Amino acid sequence: MTQESLAIEVSGLQKTFGATRALDGLDLSVRTGEVHGFLGPNGAGKSTTLRVLLGLLRADGGSTRVLGLDPWDRAVEVHRRLAYVPGDVELWPNLSGGEAIDLLSRLRGGIDRRRRDELVERFDLDPRKKGRAYSKGNRQKVAIVAALASDAELLLLDEPTSGLDPLMEVVFQDVVREAKEAGRTVLLSSHILAQVEKLADRVSIIRRGRTVQSGTLAEMRHLTRTTVEAETERPVTGLDALEGVHHLHTDGTRVRFAVDGGRIDAAVRVLGGFGIRALVSHPPTLEELMLRHYGDELAANGHRNGSSGADDADDADGPGSTATADAADAADAADAADAADAKGGEAR
Amino acid sequence: MTTTAAPSAGASAAAPVPAPAPRAPFTGTGALLRFALRRDRLRLPVWLAALVVTTVSTANSTAALYDSPEARASAARTMATPAALAMTGPQHFLDHYTYGAMLSHKMIGFMGVLVGLMSVLIVTRHTRGEEETGRAELVRSTVVGRHAQLAAALSLALLANLALALLLAVSLAGLGIESIGLSGALVYGAAHAATGVVLAGVAAVTAQTSSSTRGASGLALAVIGAAYILRAAGDSGSSDALSWASPIGWAQRSYPFADDRWWPLLLCLAVAAACAATGFLLSSRRDVGAGLRPARLGRATASRALTSPFGLALRLQRGLLAGFCAGLFVMGAMYGSIIGDIEDMLGSVEQIQQALAEIGGATLAESFASMVMVVISVVSMVFVVMAVLRARAEETGGRAEALLTTGISRASWLGGHLAVALLGAVLTQLLAGLGFGLAAAAATGDHAMTGDLIAAALVHVPALWTAAGIALVLLGLLPRATALAWVVPLYAFAVGYLGEILRFPEWAGDLSPLGHVPQLPAAPMEWTPVLVLTLVAAALCVTGIAGFRHRDLETE
Repeated sequence: MTQESLAIEVSGLQKTFGATRALDGLDLSVRTGEVHGFLGPNGAGKSTTLRVLLGLLRADGGSTRVLGLDPWDRAVEVHRRLAYVPGDVELWPNLSGGEAIDLLSRLRGGIDRRRRDELVERFDLDPRKKGRAYSKGNRQKVAIVAALASDAELLLLDEPTSGLDPLMEVVFQDVVREAKEAGRTVLLSSHILAQVEKLADRVSIIRRGRTVQSGTLAEMRHLTRTTVEAETERPVTGLDALEGVHHLHTDGTRVRFAVDGGRIDAAVRVLGGFGIRALVSHPPTLEELMLRHYGDELAANGHRNGSSGADDADDADGPGSTATADAADAADAADAADAADAKGGEAR
Repeated sequence: MTTTAAPSAGASAAAPVPAPAPRAPFTGTGALLRFALRRDRLRLPVWLAALVVTTVSTANSTAALYDSPEARASAARTMATPAALAMTGPQHFLDHYTYGAMLSHKMIGFMGVLVGLMSVLIVTRHTRGEEETGRAELVRSTVVGRHAQLAAALSLALLANLALALLLAVSLAGLGIESIGLSGALVYGAAHAATGVVLAGVAAVTAQTSSSTRGASGLALAVIGAAYILRAAGDSGSSDALSWASPIGWAQRSYPFADDRWWPLLLCLAVAAACAATGFLLSSRRDVGAGLRPARLGRATASRALTSPFGLALRLQRGLLAGFCAGLFVMGAMYGSIIGDIEDMLGSVEQIQQALAEIGGATLAESFASMVMVVISVVSMVFVVMAVLRARAEETGGRAEALLTTGISRASWLGGHLAVALLGAVLTQLLAGLGFGLAAAAATGDHAMTGDLIAAALVHVPALWTAAGIALVLLGLLPRATALAWVVPLYAFAVGYLGEILRFPEWAGDLSPLGHVPQLPAAPMEWTPVLVLTLVAAALCVTGIAGFRHRDLETE
C-alpha cells in the first residue's frame, strides 16, 4: 500500500470548534485513480474533513496531504488540481447558472467549453436562470457541471446528489464512472449507501470524527453475513447444527437463514442434499455495514432492528479480516445492537 | 417518544385545535409577533437605548452650553443661516429658542433618519429577510394567514416606535430642564414615532417590490434619504413646500416644546396606513419568495469581465454602487443649489457677518461646503463599509467556499471586494463633488467652484479607505464582530455632524477618520494628514487580509 501513490493521505486528523471535537484522530487514504466512498451519518465529520482537505479549515493536529501537498499552506496549488462540489450549494442570486459555472471553472484555470455544454445538456439544466430561481437540485447540478467540466485530477464530492431526482442520479453515476475511466480520483462523501455501493472501489466509514473501518466492499462484506433464501424439494434439516448459521427460519420447503462469510460453502452443500429448486442470496448491503457501526445510536433512539440483518454484529473480528476495523467500537456497536434487538422483542 | 419541552409561544399555532377560520389572512399574527419579539429581544432594546441616551445627553449638554438667554439668542442668530437650517430644521423654532425648541430643532431631523432606519430594518428583516432564507415558507405552511408575517412585522415596528415615544417623553420630562415639560415631551416622542411608522409603512411596500432583503432595505433607505434632503432643501429657505413633501418635515412641524401641535403627525399616520394597505395589497398579488416582476432569464455564459475576483465583486455590488453614486450626485447637487441662496443672503442679513467671524476666515459658502462634505463622506463611508461587509456575507453564505476551492487565493478573493470598496470610495466622492460643484457653479456663476468642490470631496477618500481598513481588520481577525465596522460611520456622523452643532471637544473629533481630513474649501490643503491616513489604511488592509488568510473559513 505504501508503494502505491496516494491522492489523499490523512492521519490522526484533529479539529475542534470551541468545545466540540469534530475530528478526533481521523485517518483516510485515497489511492490515485480510485473512487473512494466516504461514509458516515450526519455530524460524523465528513464535511469538516473535506473542508480541511480543501484548506478552508486549519487542522488542529495530525497530518494531511492532498496530491502530495499540504492543503493549508499550498491551498491554491492544490485547488488548481482539484474540483469540489459542496453538499449545500449556494449560488449568487443575481447571477445565472451559466455564469456561475463559467466563473468557477475559469477561476480554476480554464474550461472545456464543449464538455461544459455537453454536461449542461445531460443534466438538463437551463443555464440562463438566475441563482435565486433554481431549486436545490438545480443548484447542485450547477456545482456538479462546474466541477466535472474542469480537467481536475481529483474530485471532492460532498453528498453531491442531495436533491437530485433518480434520473439525474443515474446521469451523475455515469459521469463519475467516466471520470474514473479518465483516470481521475474521486472522494465521494455520502450517506446514500446505494450510490457509494455502485461507484466506490473502496470505502471508509467514519463515526464521531474517527475512521472506524476502511477497505474494499468485498473485505467488509467478509465480516458480515450473507442472507440465503432457498426453496427445496424436501424440508431442510441439519442446518441448525452447522456452525456459522444464524436466524434459521423453516417453513415447509422454504428456508431462510444468515450465514457467516466463511461458511457459505458448507451451508449451500447442506441445501444441495435436499434438492434446490430456487436459491437467492443477498450479500450484506452497506446499510448493514453501517448499522453495525451505528447500532448504538439507533438503539439509543429505540429503533427496531427488524429484519435488516444488522443485528449480527457479534463477530467483528471474524477470520481473515483484512479491513482495519476498530474492534472496540465494533464491539460496542454489537452490544448495543443486541440491546436494540431485545427492545424490539425479536425472537432469537 | 414523549416531548420533553413544553411548546414555546411561537408553536401555539400548531396546537391540535382546528384552525378557527382557514381563510382568515391574519391568523397567527399574535404568535408571530411574540416570536419576533423573542428574536429581537436584544436588538430592539439596544436601538431604543441608543436613541434615548443620545437624546437625553443632547438635552443635558444643550442646557449646560446655553445657560443664559443671551447665549440662546446668539445661538438662534447663528442658526438663522441656510446652511445651519439645512442641517437642522425649520426656522420657526428660532422665534422662541428655548432649551426645548433647541432640542427639537437640532434633533428631530437627524433622529428621524435613525428612527426610520430602525423601522425599515425591523420590517424588512421579518418579512423579505424571512422569505429570502426560505424560513417564511416553513412558517407559512403552518396555520398562518397570508398577511400574518407582514402584519406581525408592522406591529413590531409600531410597538418599537411607541416604546421609543414613551421612553423619550418620560426621560426628557424627568430631566426637569426649563421649557421641557411633559406635554411637549409627549409631542416630541410622538414626532419620532410618527416618522418611524411612516418608514415602516414604506418598507412594507418595498419588501413586496424587491425580491431581496438588500434591495428592499436599500429602496426604503433611499426614501429616508430623499425625505431628509427634501426637508433640508425646504428648511434652508428656498421653498417651504419641499419640507411639506417629507415625513421628516411633518414631524418637525409638530413643533414640540414650541407650538405642540399634533395634527402634522396625523399626516404621518395617514400615509403610514396607506403604505401598509398598499403593502398588504401587493403581497396578495405575488408568490412567496418572488418579487412583483417575474424573474428574468440571465446570460447562458459568463462574460470575460465577470470571471475574475474583482469582476465578480463588482458585479455583485454594482447595483449598490450605482445607487450610492446616483444618490450622492443628487445630494451634492441639492446642497450645491442652496449655496446660491447663501451667497444671495450674504450681503442682506446683518447677523451673517457675525456668524462668519465665528466660523473663521472663509466665506460662508465655503464653510457650508466644508460641513456638507462631512455629511457626503459619511454617506460614502456607509457604502465602503457595506462593500467590505459583503465579503463577510459571501463567506458565511457559503458562496466564498465555492470560489476559494478554485485556483484563486484568499488574498485575491478578498482583494476583489476590497478593490470595489476602495475604488467605490473614489467614485462616490467624485460624483458627489461633481454634483455639488456643477450645481454650485450654476447657482453662483463662479465656475472655479466646480474644481474646488471636487477636490474637497476627494480629499476625504483616504479617510474612507481607513474605514474600509477597519472593517477589513475586523473581518480578518474578529470575524464574528465584523458588524462593529458600522461604528465607524455612525461615530463619524455623530461627531462630524452633531459635533458641529453641539460643540463636542476636539479629541472626540480626532477619534473619527474624517476628523483628520483638511476641511477644504474652508481650510487650506494639508498633505501630511492625508498621507498618514493613506498609510494607516494600507496597513489596516494588509493586516486584515493577513488575518483572513490565517483563519478558518466560516460557513453558516
